[in-house]
Amino acid sequence: MTGDTKLGFNIKTNKDQPLLVFNERGIYCPQADLYIDAWKPVHRCIITHGHSDHAKFGHKYYLTHHFNVPIIRHRLGNIAVKGIEWGEVFTVKGVKFSLHPAGHVIGSSQVRVEYKGEVWVFTGDYKLQDDGVCQPWEPVKCHALITECTFGLPAFNWRPQQEVMQDINSWWADNKTEEKTSVIFAYSLGKAQRILKHLNVDQGKIYTHGAIEKMTEVLRSIVDFPPTELITRDTKKQELLGNIVIAPPSAHGSPWIRKMVPFETASASGWMAFRGARRRRAVDRGFVLSDHCDWQALLKAIKTSGAEKVICTHGYTDIFSKYLRSIGLDARTEKTQYEGELLEAEKVEV
Amino acid sequence: MKAFAALIKQLDTTNKTTVKVRALAEYFRSASDTDKVWTIALLSHRRPSRPVNTTLLRAYAAELAQIDLWLFEDSYHIVGDLAETIALVVPQTAEKEKERSLTDYLNDMIWLKKEEDLVKKEYLQREWSKLPYYERFVFTKLLTGGFRIGVSQKLMTRSLSMATEIDEDILAYKLMGNWKPQSISFQELVLDERSGDQDSKPYPFYLAYALEGELPALGSVDDWYAEHKWDGIRGQLIKRSGAIFIWTRGEELVTDRYPEFETICADIPDGTVFDGELLPMIDGKIGTFNDLQKRIGRRTVSKALLKKVPVILRAYDLLEVDGIDLRADAFMERRIKLEGVVQKVDNPLIDISPLVEFEEWTALENVRAKARDMKSEGLMLKRKDAPYRIGRKKGDWWKWKLDPMCIDAVLTYAMRGHGRRSNLFTDYTFALWRETETGERELVTFAKAYSGLTDKEFRAVDKFIKSNTIERFGPVRSVVPELVFEIGFEAIAPSSRHKSGIATRFPRILRWRQDKKIEEANTLDDLKAMIVE
Repeated sequence: MTGDTKLGFNIKTNKDQPLLVFNERGIYCPQADLYIDAWKPVHRCIITHGHSDHAKFGHKYYLTHHFNVPIIRHRLGNIAVKGIEWGEVFTVKGVKFSLHPAGHVIGSSQVRVEYKGEVWVFTGDYKLQDDGVCQPWEPVKCHALITECTFGLPAFNWRPQQEVMQDINSWWADNKTEEKTSVIFAYSLGKAQRILKHLNVDQGKIYTHGAIEKMTEVLRSIVDFPPTELITRDTKKQELLGNIVIAPPSAHGSPWIRKMVPFETASASGWMAFRGARRRRAVDRGFVLSDHCDWQALLKAIKTSGAEKVICTHGYTDIFSKYLRSIGLDARTEKTQYEGELLEAEKVEV
Repeated sequence: MKAFAALIKQLDTTNKTTVKVRALAEYFRSASDTDKVWTIALLSHRRPSRPVNTTLLRAYAAELAQIDLWLFEDSYHIVGDLAETIALVVPQTAEKEKERSLTDYLNDMIWLKKEEDLVKKEYLQREWSKLPYYERFVFTKLLTGGFRIGVSQKLMTRSLSMATEIDEDILAYKLMGNWKPQSISFQELVLDERSGDQDSKPYPFYLAYALEGELPALGSVDDWYAEHKWDGIRGQLIKRSGAIFIWTRGEELVTDRYPEFETICADIPDGTVFDGELLPMIDGKIGTFNDLQKRIGRRTVSKALLKKVPVILRAYDLLEVDGIDLRADAFMERRIKLEGVVQKVDNPLIDISPLVEFEEWTALENVRAKARDMKSEGLMLKRKDAPYRIGRKKGDWWKWKLDPMCIDAVLTYAMRGHGRRSNLFTDYTFALWRETETGERELVTFAKAYSGLTDKEFRAVDKFIKSNTIERFGPVRSVVPELVFEIGFEAIAPSSRHKSGIATRFPRILRWRQDKKIEEANTLDDLKAMIVE
């Protein structure tokens, strides 16, 4: 026996070593000596997407989808990063790696790892619903699937995006009638652009907070978005009335936002499915809109992957893996430092 | 049901009182009369009794959602609200049929209670399947309990007043007492001016605010009376048309629970209403709130219990005498009449809360400091010329409670909160040190508390709990003992029901002692030393 079996799987493995293990630095492929979404600095790291809990600072070499290159350069500065295409195979010490669309945010990928006929997939963060902004998720067959399960509870069932966007647009229209400014909170990478893309531009102008404006600017080279206007010191309160502002969750309750009175606030997140979460966030409206899988989507993704072994990383891992075992899968959980979609504005916004 | 669900959603999605009042008033203007009566009933804690117990509700919902019961339970622990969990996990499959009213659904519930389990199951699963998400949630809420949407009875009354243009205080009076939504019409309940059949009706309680600032700010000592603040249950004892009625501050009619007062029914003149405190009186001494607790929940009181924990009324106000409403009179006048009536009744079951003599404000500080010796919670200050007002009003009555007793304890277990806090670990169990026979120190659980921290602190403690969990027991986690909190409580008494041998009254977190290590937390002996014999 070589390798640390405690960290891995008892799957029929080569040299008794699992293809991917979880160590204190991240998800590691011992055969290729390469990490995926490491949370501590490593030599070589594949990055699934640009959120700060997956794309950390300090690795020597980064490899990611080319759409994600400008995103992580924007967030992490001038790093050594190589961008590749979806489906493009690169081989390290006999291990074949390839990236496949995860549908989470622009440039987000699942990582497929193959060695001597055995296939593992790490989903990163993902959703099955086509959001009209990023490349939609594609199923990838595998023997072992490492999946997130941020919303891995049967209480989470998303409504179609079209319906939610209708709600958001009519909320904006109602506020406009009352001559109020609409302020919607969304992550600066992903949710902000998803909302922006589907806002009804006939209703008025779309304003942004600096963090959102900068990230959107980076993404305009990849996807077309409606025009936005950055709120600056010179922006008059009067001109905002009736229009909509997209701001990061951290702006909630800040002096920046207080100068927009009168306004109505809303939050767009999967957590808004819970009444308690909306009330705790103290926003006027909560729209249930997530870039993660809901319960049924997780089950569908696992089923279509054909995986017999499933490792759950972040979210309701204990409950979700227990459920998977109850339907006959070999499932367990692993501790990572990924955060999924946070309930509060704790995610570091850059 | 659609309109009622929309109302609840509106009330639930705003934190602004004015918006809530406007939404409710609008509903009261447009809803049918029976729906209005039911809405008033629901918002004043008069829901029909639960037709299906929650165990069955869970089983039926899990079955319909096609998930195992454990998965339903785990989801419930995380969502934190049963009705919400059911509404979330159950899919809407059938088409909604024709709209049924709130009244229809509440009549269903009264009917359903007497039916066999199988009928209950069929009914519930059918309704769940056809109602859209929010109506499904509201429907299930009707089955399970309170809405917790920040609408007090007062707020509801204000809205009704807006819609009907009937004075708010008059409405508050009309809505009190023992009426049944299924048999009273909106006309009778709200619109009609009634004279008879109001014997049981209590007056709306006047409630005091906690004292703000220093005593001298109240002005001249000559304008004020002071009394002890007794730690029992606030209640009105009413004698009208030959019968006694006892109401608690929660507007609950509890006459049957305190049968001792029946024995003095004849001694109290008709048309009398006392306001006072129900107190346990054991061997001539005031018992603890813990003693009273044995009586509070009991609808039928055994002779043994009646003997073990007898209850008296310590009267401090007189609201009606000879059938005349005294509330507009000055407190000083009412107090004189009160003394007269209590003297006439002449029975230890009703005594009078004595006035505390004082000539300057500083004297009161000494009295308050020794309040615990008197088994009181502190002092009440009442303006001599004040009328008896309605509800919580500032200015004429102030409560000046003792600072809570406090002790430093270690966080040992945590549970997720409910409702607003359902995603955070905010319900905590605290422990104190005890020396074992072998001389080692162990932590013994002594109290639970779930209030007193800021949202920010709750988030920090939640984070600590999530990364320092030792074991999970369903919704409860044992936590690495590392955090120390100052726990405050109002009173303390020996208890055989508690592991620590001690019961504390209203424990809550005063502050997070980040400066203390667990070794510095207090011991169980420190706590025991606080018991006043």
